Amino acid sequence: MGHSLHLTVDGQEHTLVVDSRTTLLDALRDRLGVMSAKKGCDHGQCGACTVLVDGRRLNSCLALALTHDGAEVMTADGLAPEGELSTLHRAFLAHDAFQCGYCTPGQVCSAAGMLAEAADNAPSVVTEDLEGPVELSEEEIRERMSGNLCRCGAYVNIVAAVRRAAEESR
Amino acid sequence: MNPFDYERAADAAGAVTTVTDRPDAVFLAGGTNLVDHLKLGVAEPGLVVDINRLELTEVEALDDGGLRIGAMVRNSDAAADPRIRRDYPMLARALLSGASGQLRNAATMGGNLLQRTRCVYFQDTSTPCNKREPGAGCSAIGGYTRYHAILGASADCVATHPSDMAVALAALDATVVVLGATGERRIPVTELHRLPGDRPEQDTVLEHGELITALELPPPRPGASTYRKIRDRASYAFALVSVAARVDVDTAGRAPVIREAAIALGGVAHKPWRARAAEAVLRGAEPTAETFLAAADAELEAAEPLDGNRFKVQMTRGAICTLLAELTGVPEALPESTTEDTHE
Repeated sequence: MGHSLHLTVDGQEHTLVVDSRTTLLDALRDRLGVMSAKKGCDHGQCGACTVLVDGRRLNSCLALALTHDGAEVMTADGLAPEGELSTLHRAFLAHDAFQCGYCTPGQVCSAAGMLAEAADNAPSVVTEDLEGPVELSEEEIRERMSGNLCRCGAYVNIVAAVRRAAEESR
Repeated sequence: MNPFDYERAADAAGAVTTVTDRPDAVFLAGGTNLVDHLKLGVAEPGLVVDINRLELTEVEALDDGGLRIGAMVRNSDAAADPRIRRDYPMLARALLSGASGQLRNAATMGGNLLQRTRCVYFQDTSTPCNKREPGAGCSAIGGYTRYHAILGASADCVATHPSDMAVALAALDATVVVLGATGERRIPVTELHRLPGDRPEQDTVLEHGELITALELPPPRPGASTYRKIRDRASYAFALVSVAARVDVDTAGRAPVIREAAIALGGVAHKPWRARAAEAVLRGAEPTAETFLAAADAELEAAEPLDGNRFKVQMTRGAICTLLAELTGVPEALPESTTEDTHE
């Protein structure tokens, strides 16, 4: 059964009719042709589908599209409007923080969401003082990025890239 | 995924009526577990009632000094709430131990309680499972049991409850507020989940159509508390064993005495396991390594491990002792393992 859905994706507005089963990820890729969000495990375990929904990072594969009717969705593509790379994108490039690149759009969205969460002083499980300010140590970055799995062993460079972006956007 | 009808609920009472009226209807909150089950064929509802627009999103102070957390508050928002960080650090740490940043941004407080076991046989529809299909048999017994129960299991089901948050709520004596077709009722969180018995398909005492609307925390209690999770990798994995503990020590007298202790265990049973036997040993005792060990042993006396998870008895014992030692500042003195002799 078709339901009407309105989404703003990377700044562009879309209205479409979707089946109740359509995930946000499938709506982005198969209906709107937005390919920067990747389908990895499709079960919320790898993070390749991570997008920002109303500013918060989510696994788009575990979100029914209809639940997010009216939402503003940002993908890694939208974080680089007109091809103008963000601090985060440039840090990923500078540190060679990817190999095959499949997980990279999700890593970039997750990092953007994580940097915002840390800037709000939201604690993580490795934060010693739950009420204190968040310092983005390597341990903090690893923990906060742990929802994004990459099999090519580029973790070290991803941590370095996120750390650089955090320092530059301070 | 099977086709299903979709409705967006406008208010809690309407959501309850809609689901109550249709036996094949389910509530959809954050979706981090249900959408996965729709894909796997573990859940095949005819109607999905989306409750994401319900205004159950506030964290409010209660008159008695406690806290009321709306069922639709996201796990990440609850963990970041200043009052929860300050007054219930055990809950903040448990929430932050669960899943990943992305999943915590979606998952809700009510939904977290109602997530289903991650038993691999439950999630694999090609294998028999009494929880998924009553009477089918249990594939876990005699199978891969690393993540399965050592306490409270039955011959029909050895699955564990996966929530970290619920373990902290059990130690905190939280209350679950539930709205049903005939009105509201309140359930101690320790009584929400069931042991499997011969009805493992029923995770909780909730009736079909009953909606969790809020969690209530009693006023903060004295003592030191925290949550500790042991898992196969440093992050983003379910607990092999977890412990939520609070211990309040009276240091006024000549020797310190434990006034009160609250302990709950995760990863070991079909429900968050409140360790009442351990608490009874601790209450009134001097906080020493021997006391902690006696407390852990009192609780684990009933342990019935499976072939693949015998290590969890000793792991639980160690986790309880270590956490109590940390919380009381008592030097830790874990004796050599005696698990194989006494608990197989």
